[in-house]
Amino acid sequence: MNIETSDPAGKSAGAKAGGSVVIQIQNLVVEYRGRGFGQNRTVAVRNLTLEIRQGEVFGFVGPNGAGKTSTMQVLLGFREATSGEACLFGVNVREPIARQRIGYLPELTYYYKFLTAEELLRFYAKIFKIPRDETERRIGSLLKLVDLESARKRSIKSYSKGMQQRIGLAQALINDPDLLILDEPTSGLDPLGRMKVREIIQRLKDEGKTVFFSSHELGEVETVCDRVGIIHRGELKVEGRVDSLVQKYQTNLEQIFLNLVGYQPQPQP
Amino acid sequence: MNTVLALANIVIKELYRRKDFYVLFVLTAVITLLMGAIRFFHDPQIVRDLKEICLLLVWIAALIIAITTAARQIPAERESRTIFPLLAKPVTRGQLVIGKFLGCWLATGIALVIFYLFFGIMSGAHEDKWPLLSLFQAFWLQWVMLAVVVAMVLLGSIVFSAPSANVTICFFVVLGILTLAGHLNQVALQQQEPLSTMTYTVYFLLPHLEWFDIRKFIVFNWPPVPWRYCFLATLYAFVYVALFLFSTWLVFRRKALTA
Repeated sequence: MNIETSDPAGKSAGAKAGGSVVIQIQNLVVEYRGRGFGQNRTVAVRNLTLEIRQGEVFGFVGPNGAGKTSTMQVLLGFREATSGEACLFGVNVREPIARQRIGYLPELTYYYKFLTAEELLRFYAKIFKIPRDETERRIGSLLKLVDLESARKRSIKSYSKGMQQRIGLAQALINDPDLLILDEPTSGLDPLGRMKVREIIQRLKDEGKTVFFSSHELGEVETVCDRVGIIHRGELKVEGRVDSLVQKYQTNLEQIFLNLVGYQPQPQP
Repeated sequence: MNTVLALANIVIKELYRRKDFYVLFVLTAVITLLMGAIRFFHDPQIVRDLKEICLLLVWIAALIIAITTAARQIPAERESRTIFPLLAKPVTRGQLVIGKFLGCWLATGIALVIFYLFFGIMSGAHEDKWPLLSLFQAFWLQWVMLAVVVAMVLLGSIVFSAPSANVTICFFVVLGILTLAGHLNQVALQQQEPLSTMTYTVYFLLPHLEWFDIRKFIVFNWPPVPWRYCFLATLYAFVYVALFLFSTWLVFRRKALTA
């Protein structure tokens, strides 16, 4: 099967969604300079243009080194773009205020080990200047949401990997964000944990929140996302509604992805 | 300010929940025991020597706490990746640097208060002299000096790749300044041009940390330093703190944070 790498379903789908633009990326280029003398620049993202509207769940998928993380780093202000522009809620990502309404869950982060779950959430709530009463109310409901109520007074260093990921999700939601950026949210989670994350994403979607997440779990992306963008070698190969893409190419998302990245199955001996 | 204070609070919490802080208590106990020994000797020279040893211990312990705490702050945030969820919030890199500085400085201040409290109580009880003003001045000037050290180490933590390298370099620089910087002007006088001008330039550029050391005033029970000198020394230190923090921000603000 040959998949066109134009953008047949994407932009129209984004436009059809109708909500206000939450993430706007225009002609984004991210280059890495070689560390050694005379080493060439590596282009991580090439002229990426993307629009994500309010209420959408957007899956950003691609193989390792495709440019997903670099794009997210620019969106979150961790790295400056070589050229192009990225805005969150119409504000350039260079401005810290652009991050006022977002929640971010990084992949595999070890939160402050010397704090308890509620202390960690209280710390992040202070950054958002959330009033004390409201903070306590949110901590209670978030710890309930991520099933960490019983461990709220336990030091984070005693948490399992799954618990760490769940407290990460709670910290991402402390400011009741309008946009949630999740980097491999189910990485390292058991099936129960994955299901929980999916439920939370679905719940956020029902509340009209926008979710932008990267994942290698294509089945999960297909289940959860409204729209998907597949990036390979820094270029956005396909973007569009999941159902439109599946209908158009008459196959599932995994097959579309494998064809796009040029995967050739090894012949059986 | 709320963000800066929240960041500072985390640094302080980390310090007293880690084992480092217990080192402080052990050292305080050592000081207390040393001071307790004064009762058995009625020779004023021995009392002075013991006070000097105790104050030297206070200086070394405070420097260890300040340098090691400040050196690991930003590298540890990057290593454990906690810097990502933090900077994904409306926190500027400038706020992060100031918050870390304030946290380290306040934490070393807490340690110093405990040291000086024990030292003051024990020396006062055994000498029947309570030089409270001198003790306060010694504490204040040392704390202000540590502000310069903390700001310098924070800059080092952005510039040097490994925290251990930063700790080692900063220890040597601080010890070098404390022991040699005060003599550089005399060295400059004995040198030929252009070496003389160069040495003088270094003399005027270096933060003279040794100016904040008034241990002798306590050891010999001298009257307190005139307050205007304390004020000028504080001003002098804060200029260097501002310079170091500004440089840290300049280097850090455009630094790409890689996963």
